[in-house]
Amino acid sequence: MTELFAAAGHLAIPRISYLSIMPVLILLGGGVGLLGISALWPRQLPPSAGTAVGVLVAAAALVASLVQWVDVSNHGPHVAIAGAVVQDGFSVLISMLVSISVLLALFVSDTWLKRERVGGPELQVLMLVSASGAVIMGEANDLIVVFLGLEIMSIALYVLAAFNARRQESGEAGLKYFVLGSFSSAVFVYGIALVYGATGTSNLPQIADYLARNVLLHQGLLLAGVALLLVGFAFKVAAVPFHLWTPDVYQGAPTPVTGFMAAIAKAGGFAALLRVFVSSFGLLRSDWQPAVWLVAVLTLVLGSVVALVQRDVKRMLAYSSINHAGFVLLGLQAATARGVEAAAYYLFTYSFMVVGSFAVITLVAGPGDAAHDLENYRGLSRRSPWLALSLTVLLLSQAGVPFTTGFLAKLEVVSAAVGAGSDALAVIAMVSAAIAAFFYLRVVFTMYSGAPATAGAHVDGGGGMPAELPRPSGALLLAADVSVAQAPTAVSVLGEQGTGQPIPSGAVVAISLCVAVTVLFGVWPAPLTSFAHLARLIIQ
Amino acid sequence: MIHAAFLMFLLPLAGFVVLALSGRRLGDPLAGWVGTATVTGSFVVACITAAGLLGMPGPARHFDQTLFTWIPVGGLNVKAALLVDPLSMTMALFVTGVSALIHLYSIGYMKGDRDYPKFFLYMNLFVASMLLLVLGDNLLFTFVGWEGVGVCSYWLVAFWFGRPSAASAGKKAFLYNRLADVGFLVAIFLVFERTGTLQYQGIFAHVSSIDPASRTAICLLLFAAAAGKSAQLPLFPWLADAMEGPTPVSALIHAATMVTAGVYLMCRINPILGLSHPAQLVVASVGVATAFVAATIGCAQQDIKKVLAYSTVSQLGYMFLAVGTGAYEAAIFLMVAHAFFKAELFLGAGSVIHGLDDEQDLKRMGNLRRWMPLTFATFIFGWLAIAGIPPLAGFWAKGDVLDNAYVRFPALWFVGLVTAALTAYYMSRLSALAFWGDDRWRDVLKARPGQHGQGAEPHDAPRVMAVPLVVLAVLSFVGGVLLLPWHPGWAPLSWLGPVFGARLYDAHLSGTSLWVLGLVDTVVALGGLGVALPLWSAQAHRPELEPAVLQRSYFLDDIYDAVIGRPGQALARFSAVVVDNRIIDGAVNGVGRLARLSGTGLRRVQTGFVRQYALGIVIGAVGLLAFMVARAWS
Repeated sequence: MTELFAAAGHLAIPRISYLSIMPVLILLGGGVGLLGISALWPRQLPPSAGTAVGVLVAAAALVASLVQWVDVSNHGPHVAIAGAVVQDGFSVLISMLVSISVLLALFVSDTWLKRERVGGPELQVLMLVSASGAVIMGEANDLIVVFLGLEIMSIALYVLAAFNARRQESGEAGLKYFVLGSFSSAVFVYGIALVYGATGTSNLPQIADYLARNVLLHQGLLLAGVALLLVGFAFKVAAVPFHLWTPDVYQGAPTPVTGFMAAIAKAGGFAALLRVFVSSFGLLRSDWQPAVWLVAVLTLVLGSVVALVQRDVKRMLAYSSINHAGFVLLGLQAATARGVEAAAYYLFTYSFMVVGSFAVITLVAGPGDAAHDLENYRGLSRRSPWLALSLTVLLLSQAGVPFTTGFLAKLEVVSAAVGAGSDALAVIAMVSAAIAAFFYLRVVFTMYSGAPATAGAHVDGGGGMPAELPRPSGALLLAADVSVAQAPTAVSVLGEQGTGQPIPSGAVVAISLCVAVTVLFGVWPAPLTSFAHLARLIIQ
Repeated sequence: MIHAAFLMFLLPLAGFVVLALSGRRLGDPLAGWVGTATVTGSFVVACITAAGLLGMPGPARHFDQTLFTWIPVGGLNVKAALLVDPLSMTMALFVTGVSALIHLYSIGYMKGDRDYPKFFLYMNLFVASMLLLVLGDNLLFTFVGWEGVGVCSYWLVAFWFGRPSAASAGKKAFLYNRLADVGFLVAIFLVFERTGTLQYQGIFAHVSSIDPASRTAICLLLFAAAAGKSAQLPLFPWLADAMEGPTPVSALIHAATMVTAGVYLMCRINPILGLSHPAQLVVASVGVATAFVAATIGCAQQDIKKVLAYSTVSQLGYMFLAVGTGAYEAAIFLMVAHAFFKAELFLGAGSVIHGLDDEQDLKRMGNLRRWMPLTFATFIFGWLAIAGIPPLAGFWAKGDVLDNAYVRFPALWFVGLVTAALTAYYMSRLSALAFWGDDRWRDVLKARPGQHGQGAEPHDAPRVMAVPLVVLAVLSFVGGVLLLPWHPGWAPLSWLGPVFGARLYDAHLSGTSLWVLGLVDTVVALGGLGVALPLWSAQAHRPELEPAVLQRSYFLDDIYDAVIGRPGQALARFSAVVVDNRIIDGAVNGVGRLARLSGTGLRRVQTGFVRQYALGIVIGAVGLLAFMVARAWS
């Protein structure tokens, strides 16, 4: 009796290593702090201020991740806070990825907020909070913590999808995402319960340990739990057949949010999926690999085939993101250290491509965020050469053209699949990449052909976006100056558009960064690949 | 100080970037001076690096500078690294030195050109690529430089792309080179497959474990690439057409540097080549055959630059003869000497062309020695050097090559000797037509009142063009003498020893036979000169000595056109009309239609109703559950 009392009196508080959750604390604290500032501010907080604070917070989170990286490379991977979170190369890579993605997305949404005159810092707050959820998923070492991260990330994303109150589609997207997301979360929690029932723990290393020490006579309970967890994750990363929400939500959500969502929801979802399946259920791989194989095939094929018939660029990129999810699943299906590294590399490079692509789409869409039809891209190269060139680079990278990061990403996952003996899957993936190349190239072709569509007239008119757009960066201009004898200099390109309207510098920063990373590390892959080699799970 | 080696290729690259960004603003002549300055800086760095290398003890003269890891993919780990050793430094020294002189010359030559800054932009990029080629420490890096010089050559040959002939010459050069580069690529694959590395030191360490057939294959594949770049049989016709480029380009790229890249490559892989006798025989035979064929063509050309172009092809053939006989040092010796005297000849020819308002036809020159004394005086050195008259550089260098051939392949030596006579003949013919005889140019200048006005007379080049002429003339004269082993302690050629091993004929030829061979060379050269000079200064038109078969270079272009060009076009037409339209497009459209149909079908699933989406999730979940649970009970 006294013992029980003593135990209750001294609640065992675990030692908290603040470094291990520093990026989460910064993102969450920054978000809440920003909300507080805006509440206390006498007038409405201008979007620029919200962006500035948000960017600082994201940069701080990035720095914290770098400190974590130094820590991991000096002291090796370790668990912290009573085994709730883990710090290893993989978690650090994910938190860097998420910090960078939120930073870039904040720049893009700054442009969008000013154009749509949607006030308030709530967008930035929600992005930061959602990002903190994704970081938690990357470093979660317990199924409950995974769920915690999943919900923090998702609930913020539901609201973000519905953020543009003036567009009906946006509200619809938010609601759909919310209903289906809750549904899949319920399935996920049920999966946790079943796994707990089968193994007596929800801690990931302990699950692995339990499976290593015990031979289960009846695996039914455990495997059912694994299946339900897979459903929950597959919903988040938009794998077929749990992808049905994706096109509607991607299309309905505000465009900068779509890019953000595609980057971090995939990153967070896949981070936890890889860790749970490869680390904890590694011994069951012969059971879940065929299931993942099937999901991967469906995802690859459906993502590329249905994208072919889309006329709406946002919707097309939604299917393309499904196709990309299939490629990352290749890394999971391999279930090797190589596969995990390849998947991490893929997610890292993909986040730049997708945030950059949606940044361009945000600009082309024009006021009202409405012009997403393929016809609106006709003749973009003439209206705004820099924008067209940027989107071309990013789409080619998504298609996996050499000398872009996308090529190496595809190469890595495919060779990981081949290394694990999944030759057929590798072949299917490559065929799907070939089909996917068609619709990427169709956008590129449309941009570089034909006269500007009349439908896009409002794009050029009055407050039109692309007209006053792009300030070409020096590096890009170099190519133009060399290849075209009479190429105008930087000054004259700007001079053509001297309409006196403000240049949406936020989007320009984001797009330039995305393009630069995509090209630079495509041509010179060594730094990024060696960085990805550090993305090891604490338990392989 | 040797650690500054990377600056060598970084400086011209920086010049390229500066010119690319602000070339137009710098304009004429500032852009030219910027380009010249970076290349001169590069030459200074090369001298410093070479001095650093000399400071090391002989066998240890080897320095690997790793800049960064470039491509780490699986087992392939390519570093961006520079290899500084006597061979690469010899190349780097003469490449940067000659480039600096020709850049200087171009400031005058290109004056007033519409695309003046662009010219120096390409030239700087060319120098950077060329240095990458010679300094690269692995095959892939060399290949990047190889392609870089190829594309610069294309841009520069087609520099005046408004002229259809220049545009098509550029294309021709590019296509011949690309065709040959396939050999390089396949060789890279083969080397990697056999040795697991692309780094030269690593490859040479594994050389004994490569089977003989593969060794020969690697050498021959690389030789195929070299034959394209260095214009050997049967891939040489592009070089004559490449003379459509501005004359400084011809001097730098198509005489002194780029075309010697093939020779450099074969010398670089000497540890493999030395072990493959069939490959050596092929290289030597192709080399000497090219030397002979090109020399005969050179005897009948009318265009001053074309004569020089064929003479370049011929001299390159000599270099490959040396490589094939294992006399790599002789090849490098001839390459350096050739760079001096051929650059001299081209710049002299450029000076003549410049003075005559872009006239290139030898038959419309004549007696220019009275009007262009400086050009004539400097040209003499180049002419006598290439003809092989002692004591100029060409005599020593060519003698070295022929001596080695005499020991190794006597039959090839004989062909080489005949070629030497022809060389003296066609170069003397050129000089006689240009500098002796009557003032045939008067009609030209009368008919075409150019920048010099009606009835003007040819004149020497401005000072900025004269300086390089004089420097190169001096180098053509002393280049050979300085390198002779006058004193036991002075043996400059042994500087290449660590890369190539001992010289071949040292062990085989006595001092007397060396003297005799030298004498034979001299007699042959004087014979060619003695025949041509009186013959062609007396009379400019001798159709009997210029048969059409030689003038049209053995109809090689027509033969290629008939054998490859026309069937190729027919095949292309067949592919375009039948294969592409019917078969491939049919298949692609079929697949596309299938994908589209299934896409349209699958799209119907996307109803937009949440309840149906939820149902989709349920079906998927049930399916997965069933699958997993079934595994548990199976």
